[in-house]
Amino acid sequence: MGTGDHSIRKYDEELEAMRSRVLQMGGLVESQVRTALDALETANIELAQQTIDADKRVNELETVLDQMVNNVIARRQPTAGDLRMIMGIARATTDIERIGDEASKIGRAVKWLREKDGNTRINRIPDLRHAGDAAVALLRRALDAFARLDAQAAAALIKDDRGIDEHFRAILRQLITFMLEDPRSITAALDTVWAAKAIERIGDHSKNIGEHVIFIAEGVDARHLTPDEVERAVAGN
Amino acid sequence: MDGTKSALKPSEKVKMTVRQLNFYYGKFHALKNINLEVPEKKVTAFIGPSGCGKSTLLRVFNRMFELYPEQRAEGEVNVDGENVLTSKEDVALIRAKIGMIFQKPTPFPMSIYDNIAFGVKLFEGLPKSALDDRVEWALRKAALWNEVKDKLGQSGTSLSGGQQQRLCIARGIAVRPEIILFDEPCSALDPISTSKIEELIDELKSDYTVAIVTHNMQQAARVSDYTAYMYLGDLVEFGETDQIFIRPKKKETEDYITGRFG
Repeated sequence: MGTGDHSIRKYDEELEAMRSRVLQMGGLVESQVRTALDALETANIELAQQTIDADKRVNELETVLDQMVNNVIARRQPTAGDLRMIMGIARATTDIERIGDEASKIGRAVKWLREKDGNTRINRIPDLRHAGDAAVALLRRALDAFARLDAQAAAALIKDDRGIDEHFRAILRQLITFMLEDPRSITAALDTVWAAKAIERIGDHSKNIGEHVIFIAEGVDARHLTPDEVERAVAGN
Repeated sequence: MDGTKSALKPSEKVKMTVRQLNFYYGKFHALKNINLEVPEKKVTAFIGPSGCGKSTLLRVFNRMFELYPEQRAEGEVNVDGENVLTSKEDVALIRAKIGMIFQKPTPFPMSIYDNIAFGVKLFEGLPKSALDDRVEWALRKAALWNEVKDKLGQSGTSLSGGQQQRLCIARGIAVRPEIILFDEPCSALDPISTSKIEELIDELKSDYTVAIVTHNMQQAARVSDYTAYMYLGDLVEFGETDQIFIRPKKKETEDYITGRFG
């Protein structure tokens, strides 16, 4: 699957170059997300700005990868495992780029919290940090699964995305309590909601990457299956 | 072995059933226990590296192999319930029913009109006007009529390669076959003629069952509904073309169609 022993060596090199670009982009986004979470926890405007600035490089990589995908399709007419690899790369690239966007959103939320609200209390909700850690872990696992084309690992992470969704609901409940107690906290609480929502979306996009890995490795379209169905489909192969 | 009924969608009607087919060139075992169902009014492509037996298989379907000594087929090729291989029917009639288009266009050294009328006259005693109609019908079906209608008396060999190939297709169609076999029909043609033939194949399948052997995998992907991958005389995998080209079941098929065949 996109690796080694093609009778046209250059084709192999092209596929390999695309794969490593995706991983490079993934690594970049992973550190962008970590910086965003640190910025959120410490209410640090400089870190927040770094997160926002990092997005430019991520967007550039997306454009480069898109071009590579177009070129390979036009020149090689990929089939079977190669085709699935290229489709998977194109989709994963989109998800990784979106994760970068979500990280920037966290960065912007931090700036608002500091600049407008002058409030740093709300963003210290412990669940926020837990959700953030879980999202980063999921992203890490998604990129690992992509690097190894490991469908089992991908199926497992798809299942675990539910944990982040639960964190998100817990955060919402706490923020609603804050807002009810003190209407002056509403602006800050809403900004915190944006950040929490971004974290939840990072989990979703990581889950999507897992689905692309399953498509590449097994040819199973996992996008609209339940986590249990995904697990069965992968085990059945 | 794939090629059992499950390989076809339940909605398909089976036109030709191949059972336990073995073929020998003298002592050489060229086709090994082939089992396959060819769906009616669909295009079935046979792909595989040179020498895999795909052309041989095609030539068994209408007993074309009998033209050569030392060649022998065992097993069944059932068309509408009758085994072609043991049929007592005139071989020429079988070949009219199961027509064949070859790699190189083979127009007869006669006029365009006669190229098509020749086969019809062999099998049917049509009056002149009906014969004219049949010639026009076949040329229209083969998407050649507009290019040759004003020069039907000219020699068939005066046409371009692509036109000659379409003339041969018209000649095959004129005798009202049920199955048309294409053996590398485009390998001697330029890309534009190739796309015309491919378009034609797509149109033909509304009336005929089509089988095509091609070493151009992209062509198989473009024109066929079902694809069979053969290797060293074995039918390795048979299934819907979309499945074969996106998610082949066998590693050998995957390796071949992605170009990892060494």
